[in-house]
Amino acid sequence: MTARGPALGRAPARLLVPACVGVAFLGLPLLALLARTPWSDFLTRLTEPAILDALRLSMVTSLAAVAVVTAVGIPLAWALARVEFPGRTVVRAFVIVPLVLPPVVGGVALLSAFGRRGLLGAPLYDAFGVSLPFTTPAVVVAHAFVSLPFFVLSVEGALRATDREYDVVAATLGASRWTTFRRVSLPLAGPGLLAGLVLAWARALGEFGATITFAGNYPGTTRTMPNAIYVELQNDQQAALVLSVILMLVSVAVLALLRERWFDQAVHGPVRA
Amino acid sequence: MSRPYLDAHVVVRRPGHTVDVRLTAEPGDVVAVIGPNGAGKSTFVRALAGVVPLDDGHVLCAGETWDRPGERRTEVRRRGVGMVFQSELLFPHLSALGNVAFGPRSRGVPRRTAEATARDWLARLGVDDLAGRRPAQLSGGQAQRVAIARALAAEPRLLLLDEPLSALDVGVAMALRLELSRHLADYAGVALLVTHDALDAMTVANRVLVIDDGRVAQEGTPAEVAQRPATDHVARLVGLNVLRGRSSGTTVRLADDSTVVTSTPAEGEVSACFSPAAVTLTVGEPHGSARNRWKGTVTSVAPHGAAVRVHLDAGAGLIADVTPASATQLALVPGAAVWATVKATEISVYGGEPAHNP
Repeated sequence: MTARGPALGRAPARLLVPACVGVAFLGLPLLALLARTPWSDFLTRLTEPAILDALRLSMVTSLAAVAVVTAVGIPLAWALARVEFPGRTVVRAFVIVPLVLPPVVGGVALLSAFGRRGLLGAPLYDAFGVSLPFTTPAVVVAHAFVSLPFFVLSVEGALRATDREYDVVAATLGASRWTTFRRVSLPLAGPGLLAGLVLAWARALGEFGATITFAGNYPGTTRTMPNAIYVELQNDQQAALVLSVILMLVSVAVLALLRERWFDQAVHGPVRA
Repeated sequence: MSRPYLDAHVVVRRPGHTVDVRLTAEPGDVVAVIGPNGAGKSTFVRALAGVVPLDDGHVLCAGETWDRPGERRTEVRRRGVGMVFQSELLFPHLSALGNVAFGPRSRGVPRRTAEATARDWLARLGVDDLAGRRPAQLSGGQAQRVAIARALAAEPRLLLLDEPLSALDVGVAMALRLELSRHLADYAGVALLVTHDALDAMTVANRVLVIDDGRVAQEGTPAEVAQRPATDHVARLVGLNVLRGRSSGTTVRLADDSTVVTSTPAEGEVSACFSPAAVTLTVGEPHGSARNRWKGTVTSVAPHGAAVRVHLDAGAGLIADVTPASATQLALVPGAAVWATVKATEISVYGGEPAHNP
């Protein structure tokens, strides 16, 4: 900025000052979080049962959610990218809505569908006596609900970015659509897939609103890390800080990982083995 | 033979233009499909491949109905067509070997056998030493060889090459053109070579199909098309100068009342054709024995093989091929004024009635 300054004139203060305010506004809370964290007994805090339980549960549920998201998200992304069908825009809208929906509303929506009196939940309960809300699987469902859109959009974008002519080539070589998907489309969408996985996982790990609404906040079964932070903030601020710092470090790591990927793609093209 | 091996009548309607092209061919035929950009060449071959659906007509090949609108449409993958594209479109995540083995493997051949087949084809195209390389590590010519090997390894019944040489450097294209003609001569099915380069058509194909504005403008052997182009457009495509006029004896009177002297007496409406290489360009008015001279302006100058192709506006449009050295010496740039001369003996006359000897 300074090197180019003289040629075009000095950057005006009326722009620089609000810009600095913005940076401070975003940066200060994070620095404060790091400053307030009880680093001296960080490790002992980390091994406290309440914190360990929350950590373990978050890992299990977020990874399970990623597995669910992958299983349905890849086919969904492929269908959106490759199949012309009526109402495709409507389907894509359905996929995108949870992205902008307030998570707590998502939780209420999930209750309306799978709650004991819900649209699907009621017959399910009447027939098998199974109730989903306020269980660990409910946490996975809430996680999957909020992270699926991230994954689908990322993979669909990657699939669209690969030349459709590759599908034509594969067909002329005798490949069925399944073979083409497996041996051509999916490998070429690899980087987008990976980015989608990381994004979905990060979103699931940090999910709070939908989880607490749909799955509640029971220690050991539905108290994930964000839920635990919410609870500990009232009981034991130190524990809340430790958990917060862990989530923040994960976020930073995800950012670094994705930046690397995106940078890589920008330099070498989207192709990777 | 009762029914041709390939019997195609491709009708594809698009807003603003229609492609309506018929072609029949027998095994061993190499058909050059030439025509200007946007003429419908690619639509035609993509319809044969099944990528573009027919609106009308039919495609029958090797005793099967591939496409008959409203009745039957065979999936692309069940047709057995091999395609080679201008941008070679190798799968970037697979090695050269993996690319060539893709066809056999898609048809259920075990990996080991498929790779042996692939190796064999890479060797035939002279690129077996590059088997382990990724497409990004191949030059344009190498990649196109792998792409050709990939298409042939799938044992296609119909081979479609869509401008396979036009993205390559001139020298590389020249070398590959020679090899391609050899491989296509060995190939048992029907091969179609889409090109806008007359040289491809003349050197590789045994038949030429000229498509212009979605229609067949001419069909014949390369020699027939080059020597007797049906339209001015075809003549320009195959790189010939064609002047139309009324011949009387050895003089052809053109529309603008200028005359061309030939060495072939004819009567009536004729085409006077001469190759671009037969045209001599000079800056000053020429003094040689050449009977035909035009004063004109250069409209474009572009490399054409080893020569430089010059387009002139001399009343009629003329094409001249000169060496790069003389192009420089004559300072041939668009707008330059030059004289073009052609000897009467260089001009072939088509059409009209043979002249009665006096």
